[in-house]
Amino acid sequence: MFSGDQIASLLSEVGVTHVITVPDSTIGRWEPAIERSGRIRLVRVCREGEAWQVAAGLYLGGATPLVMIQCTGLFESGDAIRNALHDWKIPVFSIVGYRSYLDQAKLPGDTCLVFTEPILDAWKIDYRLITSPSELHVIRDHFLTCRDAGKAGAALIGE
Amino acid sequence: MAAASRIQLVSALETLWRIRREDEVVVTTMGSAREWMTLGEPHALDFILVPSAMGHGTSIGLGLALAQPDKRVIVCSGDGSLLMNLGSLASIVAADVPNLVVIVFDNGVYEVTGQQPTAAAGAGRPGGRGADFCGIARACGFDSVHAFNDATSWANDARSVLDAKGPTFISLDVEPVVGGTAPHSPGPTPARAERFMAALRR
Repeated sequence: MFSGDQIASLLSEVGVTHVITVPDSTIGRWEPAIERSGRIRLVRVCREGEAWQVAAGLYLGGATPLVMIQCTGLFESGDAIRNALHDWKIPVFSIVGYRSYLDQAKLPGDTCLVFTEPILDAWKIDYRLITSPSELHVIRDHFLTCRDAGKAGAALIGE
Repeated sequence: MAAASRIQLVSALETLWRIRREDEVVVTTMGSAREWMTLGEPHALDFILVPSAMGHGTSIGLGLALAQPDKRVIVCSGDGSLLMNLGSLASIVAADVPNLVVIVFDNGVYEVTGQQPTAAAGAGRPGGRGADFCGIARACGFDSVHAFNDATSWANDARSVLDAKGPTFISLDVEPVVGGTAPHSPGPTPARAERFMAALRR
């Protein structure tokens, strides 16, 4: 939907300093452009729960982190989200790949479609669903709105 | 010959408390947080990770070390906590953070839930052989790896080990604290986070 250069440029523009990530086949293709940007440090972790807590440490240390994971990793992340975003009120923004939202042929009946949005709602993460290449600005606007409000947010990218 | 006694948790932490430099960040969680809070007035760069997420002290420490490359970040973890987030050791090495120290207080049990053996403890495992945390750290790529099983050696060598180029992994063989419970929160979390962030900015 978006090129790596588009995402890297957007994240640089809004001041993201670190992207903490576990890739999927969509967001993983953005990694080379993010690394090339020279302004954003890519931090690769082993499991998505780690990503939220690394982001929390970065935020406490004065950086502007962003978590970039697939929705399956969002499911794995529960306790880390609860602690970082709600116990400690750390406003981490995330980009979450929404598996099977646009392409339901590869994994017919994918339960990601059942659980992703209710899980985001359950964790009280204010998100915007992105389904078209024309909506890059929605990510930027939502990031800035959440940053100014000091709250967590997410861009849910249809895949 | 009597078996060597393990290090008392509070004694191990007293050593760290005594040698800790003013500009060093110390992250504690679970049993280490409980005992750390009894040692004296809190330091502005203490981060008492209470409440915590399961085993994520090392991940918070990684983020802090990346954001504050000029400060040494010392994470005090339990063995049970580390088992919940073993992958963080690989992430730490990949992130290349020479200013991060992970200390594992290895007592072989989930202390605060009633001292049930962990899956890595020798008790209950075939042959009674526990998992080798230092071996795991080395296999993940840590070059600075140290193990201590007596309080004197730890007290004598702790400062030089902390000062080594990291990331550094230290395993301390500690005695479980009888009746050790989960730590109480020392105060509202957002206010503590704000004070900690302000201290890092100074």
